Amino acid sequence: MAIWLAGRRGASYCVKALISTTFRSSRSYTTAFASNGNSDSLFFCGNSSSAAVFGSQRFESTKARQQLDLLSSDDDEEQNQGVDFPGGRVAFTSEMSFLPESSEKRVQCYRVLDDNGYPLSSTQFKHVSKELAVKMYRGMVTLQTMDTTLYEAQRQGRLSFYVTSYGEEAINLASAAALGFDDLILPQYREAGVLLWRGFTLQEFVNQCLGNKNDYGKGRQMPIHYGSNKHNYFTVSSPIATQLPQAVGVAYSLKMDKKDACVVTYFGDGSTSEGDFHASLNFAAVMEVPVVFICRNNGWAISTPITEQFRSDGIVVKGQAYGIRSIRVDGNDALAIYNAVGVAREMAIKEQRPILIEALTYRVGHHSTSDDSTKYRPVDEIEHWKTARNPVSIFRKWVQRKGWWSDEEESEFRANVRKQVMDAIQVGEKIEKPPLADMFSDVYEEVPSNLMEQERLVRDTVKRHPQDYPTNIPL
Amino acid sequence: MWGIMKHKLGARGLSTPVFGDYMQRLRPIASAIRFRPYSSATKQMTVRDALNSALDEEMAADSDVFIMGEEVGEYQGAYKISKGLLDKYGPDRVVDTPITEAGFTGIGVGAAYHGLKPVIEFMTFNFAMQAIDHIINSAAKTNYMSAGKINVPIVFRGPNGPAAGVGAQHSQCYGAWYGSVPGLKVLVPYSSEDARGLLKAAIRDPDPVVFLENELLYGESFPVSAEALDSSFSLPIGKAKIEREGKDVTITAFSKMVGYALKAAEILEKDGINAEVINLRSIRPLDRATINASVRKTNRLVTVEEGFSQHGVGAEVCATVVEDSFGYLDAPVERIAGADVPTPYAANLERLAFPQIEDVVRAAKRACFRSVPMAANA
Repeated sequence: MAIWLAGRRGASYCVKALISTTFRSSRSYTTAFASNGNSDSLFFCGNSSSAAVFGSQRFESTKARQQLDLLSSDDDEEQNQGVDFPGGRVAFTSEMSFLPESSEKRVQCYRVLDDNGYPLSSTQFKHVSKELAVKMYRGMVTLQTMDTTLYEAQRQGRLSFYVTSYGEEAINLASAAALGFDDLILPQYREAGVLLWRGFTLQEFVNQCLGNKNDYGKGRQMPIHYGSNKHNYFTVSSPIATQLPQAVGVAYSLKMDKKDACVVTYFGDGSTSEGDFHASLNFAAVMEVPVVFICRNNGWAISTPITEQFRSDGIVVKGQAYGIRSIRVDGNDALAIYNAVGVAREMAIKEQRPILIEALTYRVGHHSTSDDSTKYRPVDEIEHWKTARNPVSIFRKWVQRKGWWSDEEESEFRANVRKQVMDAIQVGEKIEKPPLADMFSDVYEEVPSNLMEQERLVRDTVKRHPQDYPTNIPL
Repeated sequence: MWGIMKHKLGARGLSTPVFGDYMQRLRPIASAIRFRPYSSATKQMTVRDALNSALDEEMAADSDVFIMGEEVGEYQGAYKISKGLLDKYGPDRVVDTPITEAGFTGIGVGAAYHGLKPVIEFMTFNFAMQAIDHIINSAAKTNYMSAGKINVPIVFRGPNGPAAGVGAQHSQCYGAWYGSVPGLKVLVPYSSEDARGLLKAAIRDPDPVVFLENELLYGESFPVSAEALDSSFSLPIGKAKIEREGKDVTITAFSKMVGYALKAAEILEKDGINAEVINLRSIRPLDRATINASVRKTNRLVTVEEGFSQHGVGAEVCATVVEDSFGYLDAPVERIAGADVPTPYAANLERLAFPQIEDVVRAAKRACFRSVPMAANA
């Protein structure tokens, strides 16, 4: 009796069951059947087919016993000398078993605090000082407030575009807190909090979003495409996952320089489908470079849920598949992130190897201001993650219980930050836009003659038709 | 020699930077004459050796330069361009990669972001399409999009265009594709001197450079001057070279087609047509000045390329001449390009799909109003 079990147990269990049932008793298939419990998709082959498949062994009892022995002692020294192939020696087996497409148990998730901000009893974590904890918490609140205010500004038509990081404040601030200032960051686009931690001011954020003269990007990029050399934060680039192989390249450069620093690159769950993701993980392992890959698995890539993005157990198993030490962390738990990133960074630098961190979280906000996520996911799901699983509230509970924060400080701080952001917007809007000359510079290191010519032509045209030229762009 | 030059420059009252440029270009000659007694015979060098020596010298001069690509190390390079470099510089500077153009191009760009100077080799530019996002979006545009904060001193090199009997996915010319992107510089060497000078210039350049070589030229030998053999030699980017002076018709070409154009010019000479052959050397920036000056002299233009004619390099050359020197044209511009088909494999079909010397000769004659049929096999 051949039983083909589709479902969680997978093929390896199936074949094992098949062999054991064939040799032990003709009726033990029922045992196998019952113990699985998953009766949804069972197909029964004809009575005699199993006999036909293993028929030749059925009547040779000595041989059968040997086969049984093999089953029970896979690592029997005599039987399993192993065999050489390119890549090394590998033990062989006479049992044909396929690795299951998914394991019975998902990779576990490291967390320090529970949903109410209480430390789990047996968790190992490094204690944080009051100063650090409060700084992290303030950063999370600042990020949240800045996001809210700038999102509203976009809705009012004052910004063309904005991306919020709601639900991922812990990932942003706690990971940044665990890094050194010399560590180079290659972000995707939902990591403004990392730049905030490093000292980018609210005014600097707003200037970039408004594209005014003080924007370090000279008004050339869409909003939220921040970049800052002095903060070691590479300019945000829109195409997905392109920062991953670049990060490996930067890490290679660091390795050649033998610096006591690593590269940290962030990306979402959707990015893991890009070819660049696979190339960079593979390469990083082969080249043995100090890079920490932090995946913000927030469940959604615009409207694509992770069930449609991949069929693996998240991203942590992919790291292992490429030969990279990996960990799964509760992304809404600031202390867990802080600890994991800190340890990962040390390993990356000391051992000159890549590390992968999968931070599980939820994208509470819409993908961007061009998106309305209520169109493709239930509102109560969003509400649940916004309230019961909010990383800012969870950390707040822990910090307040420690006596390091209070409700009064909370309302005062929030009001203060909101005012600062609004002031920054007002100030930013009054600043001129970048001058015309900035349109033609930086295409190459030196401005080539054809661009100088084009600039001259534009200026001539402006001189001849001044009424058609915008007033807020200096010449 | 020095005295004469100084006097001449002084008399024309040139500013210091230009003088400095002059001096820089003179230095190799001066040093050659002073320190190295050369025989009167010029040395012959294959394009392959020219590229190899250029890489070697630039890697020796600057420890930030490194090579990355498939088969560049242990295999000595798929076309042996990087022969001997792994032994000399070690695996940290000659990096063999897994098969992922997107991967190693992205990694190279990242390394360039942080100050290294990668030379990325593509086995052919046809495969570079798997990495073209990184070439365009990550390399070409980054200096501009980062407002000058992140520059990308990277070189992408490899064979471009058709070889012989390698089919459609190994034969496309990408000169026009990369030539249209602001932020890139695109170079197309022909001779060994071109190869040496332009590759050195490319590696030293702070901007991303696409360096389009030709597989069939690798084995060809060219005479190289003593100046070109000096390790400080380099050619300016954006300057075309007049390979053969003439007065009747201008033929522009790049890469392997320069050789065809020169042969065509010899045939034309017998028919009393004195052709001027311009080796473009640089597709972006295009040397509009040299092309236009030549057309203003000859009044006729033939462009030659192996790539497809629509949106091709020849189209751009024609447009620049129409824009700048329309009144000087005595005949319509003739455009010789590859047939508008994915390259066929069969040898007879492949021959028909690409310009041959006879096509260039016929085009020049048409431009000179000698009546010649259009079709190749008429």
